[in-house]
Amino acid sequence: MTISAIGITKRFGEFVALDDVTLEVAGGELTALLGPSGSGKSTLLRVIAGLEHADAGEVIISGEDATGRPARDRGVGFVFQHYAAFKHLTVRDNVAFGLSIRHRPKAEIARRVDELLHLVQLGGLAERYPSQLSGGQRQRMALARALAVEPKVLLLDEPFGALDARVRKELRGWLRRLHEEMHVTTVFVTHDQEEAMEVADRIVIMNEGRIEQIGPPRELYETPGNEFVMSFLGPVNKLGDVLVRPHDVELLLEPNGVSTEALIDRITYLGFEVRVELELPNGRKLWAQTTRESAAPLEPGRTVHVRPRATRTFDGDGAETRPAGDSPWWDRRVTMEVHHS
Amino acid sequence: MARPAPSQVLRRRKVRRSTWLGVGLVTLYLSVIVLIPLAAVAWHAAELGPAAIWRVVSSPDTRAALQLSLFSSLAVAAINAVVGTIIAWVLVRDTFPGKTIVNALIDLPFALPTIVAGLTLLALYGPKGALGVNLAYTRAAVMLALLFVTLPFVVRSVQPVLMELEKDVEEAASSLGAHGPTVFRRVVLPSLLPAIVSGAGLSFARAIGEFGSVVLISGNIPFKTQIAPVRIFALIESGDSAGAAALAVVLLLISFSVLLLLAFVQRWGRKGDE
Repeated sequence: MTISAIGITKRFGEFVALDDVTLEVAGGELTALLGPSGSGKSTLLRVIAGLEHADAGEVIISGEDATGRPARDRGVGFVFQHYAAFKHLTVRDNVAFGLSIRHRPKAEIARRVDELLHLVQLGGLAERYPSQLSGGQRQRMALARALAVEPKVLLLDEPFGALDARVRKELRGWLRRLHEEMHVTTVFVTHDQEEAMEVADRIVIMNEGRIEQIGPPRELYETPGNEFVMSFLGPVNKLGDVLVRPHDVELLLEPNGVSTEALIDRITYLGFEVRVELELPNGRKLWAQTTRESAAPLEPGRTVHVRPRATRTFDGDGAETRPAGDSPWWDRRVTMEVHHS
Repeated sequence: MARPAPSQVLRRRKVRRSTWLGVGLVTLYLSVIVLIPLAAVAWHAAELGPAAIWRVVSSPDTRAALQLSLFSSLAVAAINAVVGTIIAWVLVRDTFPGKTIVNALIDLPFALPTIVAGLTLLALYGPKGALGVNLAYTRAAVMLALLFVTLPFVVRSVQPVLMELEKDVEEAASSLGAHGPTVFRRVVLPSLLPAIVSGAGLSFARAIGEFGSVVLISGNIPFKTQIAPVRIFALIESGDSAGAAALAVVLLLISFSVLLLLAFVQRWGRKGDE
């Protein structure tokens, strides 16, 4: 059950939400559309679902052209950020909705609904109303409702966006396991990079109506194609045109020939992780992510020696470039105060 | 469980005191404005005794007036339920030039003195009517006047509910395979129903007590176009104030039972809400 969205363009008045976007999703895959708000990720999902009609481009769902079809005929299960529960129906009737409008036999509906409620662990709450459920339970109900009609593809629009952090974490793992059991082709939208990396097989990074890069989480993190991807997938220090991940900033107590001096401004303890904010001799600031053990001898006001384990540089077009020239990593393209130990 | 902190206890007591103050004020206000006048009407009628009340109510012309009022009010409530919902729908969901003005127009029947409304309707739909349709002194005219004065109720009760109805609920239904009419019937209508019912209930109550707009255009022909409030007026004019009170009490009882019934329907319909 594949999805192809080819050359999709969508404008809302003057605003171009999607600019000639092409995306292929393989059958059985769990894909995340990741991007900041306004990047077009939700619009792309809604175009695939038929809830929004593209100005240009076509949508093909498991080999069939769905471009002109209304949402009801696309065989798509859709889960909304704010649950979109039918408030006047019980949990059971919510889940049964798609089957009951298809006039399936009552016994079959009852069996299928029981099965799904069991799957989403709401077996005991079938006779409740949505208002009597927690947010996490409502979203699981919405998921069961979408799965009831055996959709060819499952689309989730910021499914955990309205939930608190703890429930969100719990549901992520649960969605992952559910996907492994069901193997429905799934696309979900999120603006949370951690969520995308934790749940998805493949991440599509979007920005300003375009796709920036597509790949498995690890590949995207380790070989980002441009500066946007690198900074969206995790924290970065930007020093001139050089990008360094905070966990790649090594802190040494003694100089080792390639390191440079830095003054510790501030240390923040976050449990296992410790953030060390530093100031370089040229006045630039950066921070290093380290562990509790490594940070033990450090204190604000002390001078340490800093060395990056890995840096990246992208040119104006976003392509990666190799560092050149003699100036040190932290001071490239900066002519004043070249200071090297 | 830990004992509540002293400040919490204090706050709770405070809340309770202010609650009682609120209830007291509301009771006092309702008594002066509503309960005492209604009780006076009931008292006046009760002086006659049940037998006398029955005699007044069951006299043929009063009974005809009561029947006309009851059925025309029910019909008005039903028509408002449908048309009012459609008007609210168009005002919320559609965009068209002059929408703001149309929206403001809805409340005008409330502002217009009902006797003026009656005069206007008579001028337009009467014997020398500008529109060439003569409805004067017919039951249709009674309905027309009642529909005019009750127009805002359903529109104004459905409109805010429709505005707050989340679009994604309808989208969810269509992604599950529902056609437009199915989405409306199975998802939208159930959400609007409490508002429609309450608006229709208010229409009914208003229609059954309406006097001013009907009195001119209906012609007050006994057994044909005389409605109960006009009948009351006739009783008062003929000096039978106790009979008038008796009929008024019957009207009040009908309205009260309808409103009470609707309150129960509402409560039952609200089971799925927060």
